[in-house]
Amino acid sequence: MEKFVSFTGVAAPLRRSNVDTDQIVPAEYLKRVTRTGFADGCFASWRKDPGFVLNQPAYREAQVLVAGPDFGTGSSREHAVWALQDYGFKAVISSRFADIFRGNSAKTGLVTAIVEQDGIEQLWKLIEANPGVAVTVDLEHRVVRCESVTLPFEIDDYTRWRLMEGLDDIGLSLRHADAIDAYEARRPAFKPTTLAG
Amino acid sequence: MGRTLAEKVWDDHVVARAEGEPDLLFIDLHLVHEVTSPQAFDGLRAAGRGVRRPDLTLVTEDHNIPTIDIDRPIADPVSAEQVRVVRRNAEEFGLRIFSMGDRENGIVHVVGPQLGLTQPGMTVVCGDSHTSTHGAFGALAFGIGTSEVEHVLATQTLPLKPFKTMAINVEGALPAGVTAKDVILAIIAKIGTGGGQGYVLEYRGEAIRSLSMEGRMTICNMSIEAGARAGMIAPDETTFAYLKDRPHAPKGADWDAAVAYWRTLVTDDDATFDAEVTIDATTLTPYVTWGTNPGQGLPLSASVPSPADATDEVAKVAIERALDYMGLTPGTPLRDINVDMVFVGSCTNGRIEDLRAAADVLRGRHVADGVHMLVVPGSVKVREQAIAEGLDQVFVDAGADWRYAGCSMCLAMNPDKVPSGKRAASTSNRNFEGRQGPGSRTHLVSPQVAAATAVAGHLASPADLEG
Ligand code: SF4
Repeated sequence: MEKFVSFTGVAAPLRRSNVDTDQIVPAEYLKRVTRTGFADGCFASWRKDPGFVLNQPAYREAQVLVAGPDFGTGSSREHAVWALQDYGFKAVISSRFADIFRGNSAKTGLVTAIVEQDGIEQLWKLIEANPGVAVTVDLEHRVVRCESVTLPFEIDDYTRWRLMEGLDDIGLSLRHADAIDAYEARRPAFKPTTLAG
Repeated sequence: MGRTLAEKVWDDHVVARAEGEPDLLFIDLHLVHEVTSPQAFDGLRAAGRGVRRPDLTLVTEDHNIPTIDIDRPIADPVSAEQVRVVRRNAEEFGLRIFSMGDRENGIVHVVGPQLGLTQPGMTVVCGDSHTSTHGAFGALAFGIGTSEVEHVLATQTLPLKPFKTMAINVEGALPAGVTAKDVILAIIAKIGTGGGQGYVLEYRGEAIRSLSMEGRMTICNMSIEAGARAGMIAPDETTFAYLKDRPHAPKGADWDAAVAYWRTLVTDDDATFDAEVTIDATTLTPYVTWGTNPGQGLPLSASVPSPADATDEVAKVAIERALDYMGLTPGTPLRDINVDMVFVGSCTNGRIEDLRAAADVLRGRHVADGVHMLVVPGSVKVREQAIAEGLDQVFVDAGADWRYAGCSMCLAMNPDKVPSGKRAASTSNRNFEGRQGPGSRTHLVSPQVAAATAVAGHLASPADLEG
C-alpha cells in the first residue's frame, strides 16, 4: 500500500449523515470475484440521480470526500473501502465514522480524518463557494487545509504511523519475517503438509 | 499456574509477541474454498505477493457445486465464475486443489479430517465460520474473513487478539438414541446464540469422551452457532486411532513423536476457565429447533413455545417473529409438525457415520408420500464408502434422492433449495430465514431424527417408528 504523508486534491461536499455501506457500495456488487474495479459501484444508486454531487463536473474527479457524521455505518463489507478507493478517493473527512469502516480503511490506506462538525460546515461552505477548490489532508501534521482555513483532525498514533509508512496488515506482519523464518525452522517434523504422496 | 488446552496450542504458535500489539500466530493449515478466496488472491496479485507456504494450503470447491450432473458445466453464472476463478488461482499460485469430480473433492471441513490433515495441537484456518469443526481433534481452528485469507496466504501467520476460555462440561452418559447433534443443540439452547462470544469453548466430560470423532466434529462444528469462534476437544485414544494410517498422518518415528506431544494437549488440573457451563447428559433427549436461530431448540417431546412464555419484550418479539416466519402455532406438539423435505448432509452431519445412522433407520422402510429426502455425502470419499457398504441402495430403496458430494442444501448456493414456504428437517447447522433457499423453513435435527421424520412425514425420532 502507498505511503500517505500529505495529499492535496479536489474535494466533494457530501451533505448527508449516516452514509451506510449499502449506499457506498450496494450489495449486488458483492458477488464480484475481483479485488478492484469497484469504481462503478461507488455510490451507485445515488449516482443515478443527475443532481448528485459527484455528477457535477466540478466534483467528478474529487479525491477527498467531506461527509456528514456517522460515515460508513451498516454492514462490515470491506468492499465499501475498495469502492471509494477505486473511485479515486484518498481521504474521507467526517465528524464521526463507524468503527468497523474506519478499521477497514486503515487496512487499505484510505485516510479517515475526524474533524469537528463546525469545521465540516466551514469546509462545505468554502468548497461550495468555489467548486473544484483543492483541499489538503496533511497526515504528518494532522491538519486539513483549504484556502485560508486550517483545521486540526484526529487520528490515532498507530494508524497514522502505519499509513505514513504505507504498511498494510500484511506489511506489518512481514516486519517479523525473521521471526517467521525462525519459527518455521523449529516446527516439529511431524507436522503435516498438503502435498500429494 | 496451569494452562487450558486452548492456551497451550496458542502458546505453541506464537511467532512474535510485543506489548500493545496482538500476538502473531503461525498457521499450520490453511483451507481455501471458492467463495471467500477470490479477492484474497487478487489482493496478492495487486501487491505483487505470492503464497508463502503452498505446502500448508489446500483448496477445495464445495459451496457452489451441483450434486447432480456433475460432469456438465455449472449452469448458474455466478457459481460457475467462482469455480473458474478458484481453479485459475490455484494454478497460478501453485496450490493443490480438489476440483469437482476429483476423488478427494468434498466439503472443506470433511476433507481435511478424512485425509488426516487436521491433527491435535495445530492451528487451522479457513475463510468459513464452520472451521471450528477441526477443533474436535484438539486443534485451534477458526473461520477468518477474506482480508485475513490474503494475510495467511502471504505470511502463513495471523495477528490475533487474545480470547477467553469456557469449559462446557457434559457430565454423565448419554442415553441410548441421543446423538452428538442433540447435545450441541441442547448446549446452544442453554447458553444462547451469543453465549460463546469472545470465548474458545472446550467440550469436556464423560459424554464427550464417549463420542466418536464424527460426533465430536458435529459438536465443534456448531460452536460458531453459540457465538464462539472456536470449540475444542482434548485429543485421546479415540483421536489417535482415527488418525493412524490416514494419508497425511505422521508415519514411523514421526508418529511416535507426534503422539507423545499430543498427549500433553490436555487442560491442566490447576488451570482455570473464564467461564464454565455444565450439562447433565443423562437427561438429554432428541432435540429439534422450532425457530429461526439454532438457539431456538427444544426436546422433540415438547411443544411450540408461545410468545407469552417469554421473560422479556425482546424475547417475546423474537418468538413472535420466528413463529410467523416458520408458520407455527404456539402449543402445537413438535411431533405434529409435517415436513416437505428432509436433508441429510453438510459439514455438520455429512460424514460416513451420519449416513450409516440415517440408513439404519431407513432400512426396510419408505420415505412418506409427499416428502422429498435428499442425501448428500460430505465428500466423494464418504460417497464411495457409503456405496461400498451398500448404503446407497438403502437410500434409493427407501425412495430418497442419493446425490454427489457438496454443501448443497445447507446454504442453497447450488440448485438444491427448499422452495419458498416449504418446511425441511435438516441435519445442517443454520435455520436462519432463507438459509436453505428464499422463504425456506428449517428444523435442525440429527441424522436419526431426519430419517425417522422422512418416514413419518412429521418430526419424529426412530423410537416413534417402532411398534
Ligand atoms: S456444509 Fe454448510 S456450513 Fe458447512 S461449509 Fe458448506 S455451507 Fe458452510
